Amino acid sequence: MDLFEYQGKQFFASYEMPVSPGEAATTVEDAVAAAERLGTPVMVKAQVHTGGRGKAGGVKFAADIDAVRTHATNILGLDIRGHIVENLWIEKASDISEEYYVSFTLDRSAKKHLGMLSAEGGVEIETVAEENPDAIAKIWVAPTEGLTEDRCRQWVLAAKLNPQVTDQTVELLLKLYEAYTDGDADLVEINPLIVTPEGRVHVLDAKVTLDGNAGFRHDLEPFDATQPRDEREAAAHAKGLQYVGLEGSVGVIANGAGLAMSTVDVVNQVGGKPANFLDIGGGANADVMAGALEVINNDPDVQSIFINIFGGITRGEEVANGIIEAMNRVDISSPIVIRLDGTNADEGRALLEPHLSDRLMMEPTMLEAAQKVVALAEGTGS
Amino acid sequence: MSIFIDENTKVVYQGLTGSQGRYYGLLNRDYGTQVVAGTNPKKAGTDVEGIPIFATVADAVEATGANVSCVFIPAAGVRSAVLEAAEGGVELVVVITEGVPMHDEAYFYNKLKADYPDVRLLGPNCPGLISPGKANIGITAGHIAKEGGPVGIVSRSGTLTYQALYELKQKDIGCTTCVGIGGDPVPGTSFIDCLSAFEEDPETEAVMMIGEIGGSAEEEAAEFIAANVSKPVVAYIAGMTAPPGKKMGHAGAIVSGGKGTAQAKMDALAAAGVHIGQSPSEAGDIMAEVVAGL
Repeated sequence: MDLFEYQGKQFFASYEMPVSPGEAATTVEDAVAAAERLGTPVMVKAQVHTGGRGKAGGVKFAADIDAVRTHATNILGLDIRGHIVENLWIEKASDISEEYYVSFTLDRSAKKHLGMLSAEGGVEIETVAEENPDAIAKIWVAPTEGLTEDRCRQWVLAAKLNPQVTDQTVELLLKLYEAYTDGDADLVEINPLIVTPEGRVHVLDAKVTLDGNAGFRHDLEPFDATQPRDEREAAAHAKGLQYVGLEGSVGVIANGAGLAMSTVDVVNQVGGKPANFLDIGGGANADVMAGALEVINNDPDVQSIFINIFGGITRGEEVANGIIEAMNRVDISSPIVIRLDGTNADEGRALLEPHLSDRLMMEPTMLEAAQKVVALAEGTGS
Repeated sequence: MSIFIDENTKVVYQGLTGSQGRYYGLLNRDYGTQVVAGTNPKKAGTDVEGIPIFATVADAVEATGANVSCVFIPAAGVRSAVLEAAEGGVELVVVITEGVPMHDEAYFYNKLKADYPDVRLLGPNCPGLISPGKANIGITAGHIAKEGGPVGIVSRSGTLTYQALYELKQKDIGCTTCVGIGGDPVPGTSFIDCLSAFEEDPETEAVMMIGEIGGSAEEEAAEFIAANVSKPVVAYIAGMTAPPGKKMGHAGAIVSGGKGTAQAKMDALAAAGVHIGQSPSEAGDIMAEVVAGL
């Protein structure tokens, strides 16, 4: 899960990294009150789960309280790359003499942790990587060995930062690595990591992605509550379904992530637009199927529904019974096209046969089912 | 021949006493797999339908000669379960469990490479592997696969693997071994490991590869195929139309920063001489043609 900047800074602060004092605010009045407590000048920063805030006008310097009021008014409600700003972070302003970049993430090819450090911070690292790749010092860390102080120092020296802050930077990067591993982060990024005119190394921005799978050893609830999520996704997740909202009109239900992804592809290939990706897992019992149909049924954009099931250990007749029972429980407003294959598919199809109508259709292959369901979504199918 | 497992494989199930472990462990035994032991420190000395339970993998290996472990332990316990299996002396550890934290995966992957280089890890978050007619370890439905050859299958996705096995069986094409490497960010066994083993296996004459969006494993496999694989390879990649920044079910299946797209993977594989199917069934049809021409 992606943290807001201020949550990332709180996360870093819990590993004793130097961050600026600040307060979160959701209204102009709260922002003004925060700035009064902190003392101007402050930065007024939009909290959104996307980059490019500065360019979009979401980060402003406020020399006095009037400026805080003006900027907070302008930034709240701003649309930054499709994200509407609902939260602000009011932070004591820092003077900057140098800007660096640092991050840790998993290198999936090397299967080791990759640290990147650059004296050219404050801009997007992809730009630096393209225009001046030598400006990024990389280090690969085996999780079994961890980041030693010696290796960290060599890394800092390789990045050619201001030599006067070497010790401080080494200390901070060791803490950052600890936050990354101990905190179960998929990504920690500081851009920029700054040096103040007084020569202090300081965290000025924070981008943190935590691993939701590690929830059993961390309290992720406060972060989870602020995740961007459309209503459909929230409803599906509450039912324990793997759901990703898309923008089309064909509801998709499949068993298995690969098959669900493949179903979305095939719907697109025949000219349709899937409304979602939904994986109901290996089986397809009536409870799970009913839950999935409910979620899809509540999506007003859905015009037709594609149920694509491959029976493995779950037999075709169990799948068919699950679908029939689920349909009895949920009052479904869109026509359904089923493709059932795999173990005992013939038996399953025979069970479905008496229930077929212009509201419930069955096609033998994924492709034919996709063509049918797309035609129905466009109103040309029945 | 088959790769990684055969009719002599003896399996210990870590988590056999849990509901999932019991269900699939017994299904695997019914298939004909030699399921020789389970582990549970609190239930050592008992049995599950005649399968003896030991306190540790080491005890199970000593008493039964188990050479493969299959892990059905909840995610929080997987890290120590994998290390216990490697220490216990098995050659292959198959981790079915999903939801293992990335840092745990990265740790035990590197730990095995460093301290137990002869132990193969498969998974986590994988369906396991099957050599039809010989052994089935994990959650694959055994009866949808036809035994024999000449096709070897390696896949990142569960249901699409079953679909591939089933389609080949419908076309009366057998499978030497089908390996599900799983959809997590740090898979213990890679496409390349499997391609390399299939290339060495005299009974495997063609390889079906099923990939998906995210990471660069397919691109790396393409490079390997171009340089090292003489047998025909047919591939299907799921996620052509997946939106960037969204995890499509699997932790590893995400297009981010324009990297890991299905198109890039298909292009890389096609450039390496791999036949590409636009859908799972098209890949099956292409494989049937390839097999007919062998």
